[in-house]
This record gives sequence, C-alpha cells and structure tokens, in this order.
Amino acid sequence: MTPERPPARIADRLIELCGELRAEGLAVGTSEVLDAALALESVGWQEEEGFREAIAATVAKSQGDREVFDLVFDRFFFRATEAEALVREPDPEGAGTGGGADDGALAELTIDDLAQAVTEAIESGDTGRMNELARLSIALFGRDGERSGVVGVDLQRIRRGLGISPGGEGAGPDPEGRRLFERQLRRELERRQISSQGKLPPARPLRDLSRALPVRGASDLAQVQRAIFRLKRRLATVGHDPRQGGRGRTLDFRKTARASLQTGGVPLDLRYRPKRPRKPEIYVLCDVSSSVSSASTFFLSVVHALHDSFRRLRSFVFIERISEVTDHFLRERDFAAVSERITTAGGVADVSGYTDYGRVWSEFLEDVSTDLGPRSTVIVLGDARTNGRPPGAGNFRAVAERARRTFWLNPEPASYWNYGDSAMAAYAPSCDGVFECWTTDQLEDFVDLLARNGGDASVHPAALAKPGHRF
Amino acid sequence: MTASTAETPESPTEVGEALAGASYLADDTVSLVAFLAQRLGRPILVEGPAGVGKTELAKALSRASGRELVRLQCYEGLDEAKALYEWNYRKQLLGIQARATAGGEDGEEVGIDEIFAPEYLLERPLLRAIASPEPVVLLIDEIDKTDQEFEAMLLELLSDFQVTIPELGRVEAETHPIVVITSNDSRELTEALKRRCLYLWIDYPEAEREAEIVRLHEPGIDEALAQRLVEVVGQVRELDLRKPPSISESIDWARTLVLLGADDIDEKTLRDSLSTIVKHRSDLDLVAEKVGPGLGRGDRNGTPGG
Repeated sequence: MTPERPPARIADRLIELCGELRAEGLAVGTSEVLDAALALESVGWQEEEGFREAIAATVAKSQGDREVFDLVFDRFFFRATEAEALVREPDPEGAGTGGGADDGALAELTIDDLAQAVTEAIESGDTGRMNELARLSIALFGRDGERSGVVGVDLQRIRRGLGISPGGEGAGPDPEGRRLFERQLRRELERRQISSQGKLPPARPLRDLSRALPVRGASDLAQVQRAIFRLKRRLATVGHDPRQGGRGRTLDFRKTARASLQTGGVPLDLRYRPKRPRKPEIYVLCDVSSSVSSASTFFLSVVHALHDSFRRLRSFVFIERISEVTDHFLRERDFAAVSERITTAGGVADVSGYTDYGRVWSEFLEDVSTDLGPRSTVIVLGDARTNGRPPGAGNFRAVAERARRTFWLNPEPASYWNYGDSAMAAYAPSCDGVFECWTTDQLEDFVDLLARNGGDASVHPAALAKPGHRF
Repeated sequence: MTASTAETPESPTEVGEALAGASYLADDTVSLVAFLAQRLGRPILVEGPAGVGKTELAKALSRASGRELVRLQCYEGLDEAKALYEWNYRKQLLGIQARATAGGEDGEEVGIDEIFAPEYLLERPLLRAIASPEPVVLLIDEIDKTDQEFEAMLLELLSDFQVTIPELGRVEAETHPIVVITSNDSRELTEALKRRCLYLWIDYPEAEREAEIVRLHEPGIDEALAQRLVEVVGQVRELDLRKPPSISESIDWARTLVLLGADDIDEKTLRDSLSTIVKHRSDLDLVAEKVGPGLGRGDRNGTPGG
C-alpha cells in the first residue's frame, strides 16, 4: 500500500500546529516541520494514531517534549475540528446539538440508571460507550434546566450528580477510567458551548500556572537545562581574562627557534605558549530545609542540570550540617530518585531540621575551602533564613574570598529579604551577586547578567533587586 | 533522498512483521518510527530505561533487513581516532622505507600524497558504515557516555552521511545506512543532534507483550507461568529500586525457572531465584520483604513491618 499524498492544506495545519508547539517552548525548527511533512507522506495519515506518532517522532525530541506535544496536539485538533464545524454549519440556534435523537431515550432515564451505566463503562474501559454516556449525562442534566453555561461549574454539577467526584464515597475503583470519563465530559461540554455561542473561546496556554515554581513538569526541567547550558558557555570563558595581556606569558622556545629560520636565525618573532582557558570549578551549595521545601525541588533540578554540563562540579546540600552529594548526582540519573535519596539519606538534618547557616559555613570552610582557588565559583541556593542562629558571616566571607566568584540565589522575592530571620544583608557584601531566583525566567536572567558582565569578575550586588530594596 | 540499492519497506506493518520475524516484538510506535527512519533516511534516537531492548532493536533491524550490523560502543573519552578513522602510521613508515630501498636513487619521489592513500587508512566503525558497498545498520550505542564534542563530530555524518578526511577529501556514503543511536539518558543530548534524529522512547512493555517476549525467547516456559512471572516483575518494578529489572532479566528469570522446574512462583522460588532479576543488596532485601510475602498466600496487601 502506498499512502496517497496528504492534501495541500494539511501543510498549513502542520505549520500552525508547530507554531503552537513553539509557543509552548518546544524547539521546533523548519527542518522538523519538513521532516514531519515528509513523514506524513509515507504514513497512512488517515488514522489518528499513525498520524500522531509520525508527527511526534519528528517533532518531539525528548520525553518532556512528548508530554507537551500530546497536550498541544489534542488541544489543537479539538479546536480545529470545532472551528471547521462552525464554518460548515453556522447554527447558533442549535444550542442542544444532537438533542433530538437522545430525547426518546432521555424520557425514561433516571440519574441512578445513568450513574450505574457510567460506572460500568468506566470499569470495562469502553471509551466509545463512555463518550456516549458523557453526551447523555449532559443532555439529562440540561433537561433539568441546570446548565449554567460555565464549563467548570457544569462539570462539577454532573460529577456530583453521578457520584463520581474524585475521592467521593461513590467513587469508582478505577481512577484512570474516571479521569478519562471526565475528560470526555469536559470536551463535550466545551463542544456544546462553542456551538451555542458560535465562536471559539480563546486558547488557554498550557503553562500559565507553572510559571511560578517549576516542580516536576518535564518541560520546566528542560528549561532549567537550557538556562544551565548557557551558564556553562559563559563560565567556560571565565579565567581567560583578556586584561592580563602580556603579563606572565611563557616563551615557546621551539616555535621561536623555528620561526627564526625565516629571518636567518635571528629570533625577531617571539612565539609564546598559548594560554589554555582554564576549566571552571563549581561548588553548588543547596539548602534543602523545610522553609524552602518547594524551592528546593527547583534548586535540586538546577543542580541536576549543572551536573549534566560541568564535569568539575561538586554539589552540597545542607540543613543543619553540610553534606557532599556529588556522587549521588553522578550515580543516579532519575531526578525523582536523586531528590528522594538526598533528602532522606543525605545525612544533612541533625535534630531540628532547621537551617543552621553558621555551622554550615564553618563546616564548609573546614572541609572544603582548601580546595577553593582562583578558578572556583561558589553558587549558594538558599533563603538565608537562619532561624535566629548566628549567621556566621565571617566564615562565609572567608569562603567567598578564597573563591573567584560567589553568587547567591534566593528563592524568596527580594522584598522579603532581611525581614524576620533572613540574614541576606550579612552575606550580600561578600557575594559578587545576589539574585532572587524562583522561576526559570529568573534563572535565565541570572545567566544573562553573568553574560553581560562577562569580563568583569564582579556583578554589582543586588543588580537585579528592585531599587527600593538595595542593601 | 533514500538510498539507491536498499529497498525500502512499504508500510509500518511490513517493518513490524519483519522485526517479528527477527524475533523482536515491536509495538506500533516502534515499527512506525523504524519505517519512517528508512523512508526519510534519518537516524533514530532511542531512549528508555536500561534493558528494554534499545540495542536489540538495532540488531533486529539488521537481521530483518539482512544488513550487516556495524556497532560503535561509546565510552567516556572516545575520540575520532577510535570512532572514525586513523592513519596507520607504522604502515606509512614502512611504505616510505620500502620505496626508498626499492626505488634506489629516485627514493626522493616518495610523495606525501602517496602515503596518505586509502590503503594506509584504518577504518573505524563510523567510516566503515559509510564506506561499505553493502547497506548496513549502524548502531551508536550509549551515546550519552561520550562528551558533547563527540556529538558535534557526528553531525556531519548524521545529516549528510559523509565524512571529510582532510588528506583525502570527502567520503560519501554509497549506500544509506540505517542509523540507530541509543541513549540511557544519563545526560541531556545537544539540540543539534536531536534535530537530526527521529525520536523514539521505548518503555517497559505492557504485561501481555512482555509475556509474549518472554515466551518467544524461552519457549520452554508455559503460558500461565509466563503470565505470573511478568506480573511479579511488574510488581517489583513498581518498588523504588536502585535498578529495576529489565526485559532481558525477565527472560533470564524465565530460563532460571524452567531450569529449576518450577511451575508456580511462590515465596521460596522467589527467594531462591531473586538474584537473576535484582542486582543490588538493598534491592534484594526490599523485594524479599515487599513482594515475597504476598506470593505465598495469594494476597498482596499488607507488608510485615520489619
């Protein structure tokens, strides 16, 4: 079987779809679009599964991408079919589309029967039947005049009426099937709303919420990866300081002698050994105490991404004491497993589980700081909340002086700093830069700022903080 | 776009059947991507947990299409000389000397060009795959073990199927290899590499398919036992283990059970043969504690505390 060429309009659709994917942060280049189009030529594109998989294989290049792809794909084609239907039969009157056919059956149907049927369908996993029942339940609840016109509210009402609300006592045994049924309900409700209003509601971006703290969203992890990759580029050139110019260069005698042959043995042209750009060494210290628990997931993902990019990276976590976790990150790849292991087996909490910065700095200074040198960059991820214990700023300064650069990323908004037990002011003077950092965007800002201030070894402290909150 | 000599399959189903013929049970996505790879001439980037048959896919493709398998096993520090080509400098030295003695007075004629000829070239897997007159399957295994610099080197090869040797010029592929790249996801691969590949994620198969796979590789096991085995392995995978059992370990276990003559898996059999599927001390204890007790009595809830 040689599949026929897809119609020309599908190319437009494909480009639109890829546009939406890009808007959600997938790196879909022209070459991917071309590949997808070529793939559709050789796959039977009339079947949904083949069609979806063919585009996915050419466009989504990681597990995280794939998750986003599936969501966007569903949204896109649902909206596309609805838009098409609107064009074909502009029928604003038909608020109850397909209602006529169901009416006969509706008359003798009770809510209990329906609930029974729904439970059965969910248990048997019959998606076609579920879809039918979803329509039926909407029609039934619509008949009782309980339609509010807001999808979320209607969904809630039907769910309650059928006794399939999540966690409710009447909940079916199969949460997966229940979720599926709910999805169909929601879709059906949306479809009705669209046809009754005669226009499409604006598309909802996928990640409105996750703009705040990226917790486990795979595409957010990918964003962290990208920001870190740029950080790596930036740091790779650190230590290759152009201002040092002619000082301290070593003569390459062999090359000079060879070059002198051209001038009759007189070394006119001196050759020097090339300066090797030194590889940066990075020390990351990450607070994992309960006060930053939501942020520490983000921070651990930052550390995780850093480990991908830097070979000379040592990572530490701390609460009351500090503990090196470089090995954990090197051995374990799965992010969930790493964070689990670190928070349970890191041996960082002693008794209280409250951060003790003073102790952490003195331990770090004692154990590690002899390794710090002019190539070292220290990055601290923490909220600087000392729980009333001494901040140990002197030790921190000693650490910062040994390292070439020290940065502090704080997961709290800058306006919260120095209120209560936050000791940001004690640490900030020793740092080359302090930043608020609780979204991937801010992480990127941090990288950008590093990049802009490139040659200078220092970034002006609090350069990112708003004017009112300077130190 | 596609190679001249290799015949390309007509449909994903055909690929799936060919793979099944090479004793690899592919699901729809796998056969679709394998099909697309041959149609579009793109490499396949395969990711997934260890031991789900990523490498096996390449081997099966080679068996199914009757192509030779050229394998490049990646490791940290792998460089061009080991992966692409190297000049055989000993032979070059000998060549110069031989000509100098044989040629006598016109020994000066030994030109640089002559010692940089193909016969002094040591072909490494990548060049071999490109230069082979017969179409091959090229397997680049565990690419995540190499440095990012190595990936950059692969780009020319993967997008244009050619290799540039400064002294010789460009070596272009005479036939189009099927390229399979596997990664265990131990680091993020570069965008540039991903852009050139089709992406395929292989996960642990569903219970039914895994039972089929087990029976395919160990025909001696009866259906009920295979079903039971896959069920237990599924339970073990759900635990938070350092290394969950892979498909190949399920197969090993099936072989062990057949050797032991077991006809059901109870707590004792599990304890005796556990080491074939679980390979860490702490994992062993965890599985024995959580899964073991459920097997003997047939109820799987409730784990004894301790």
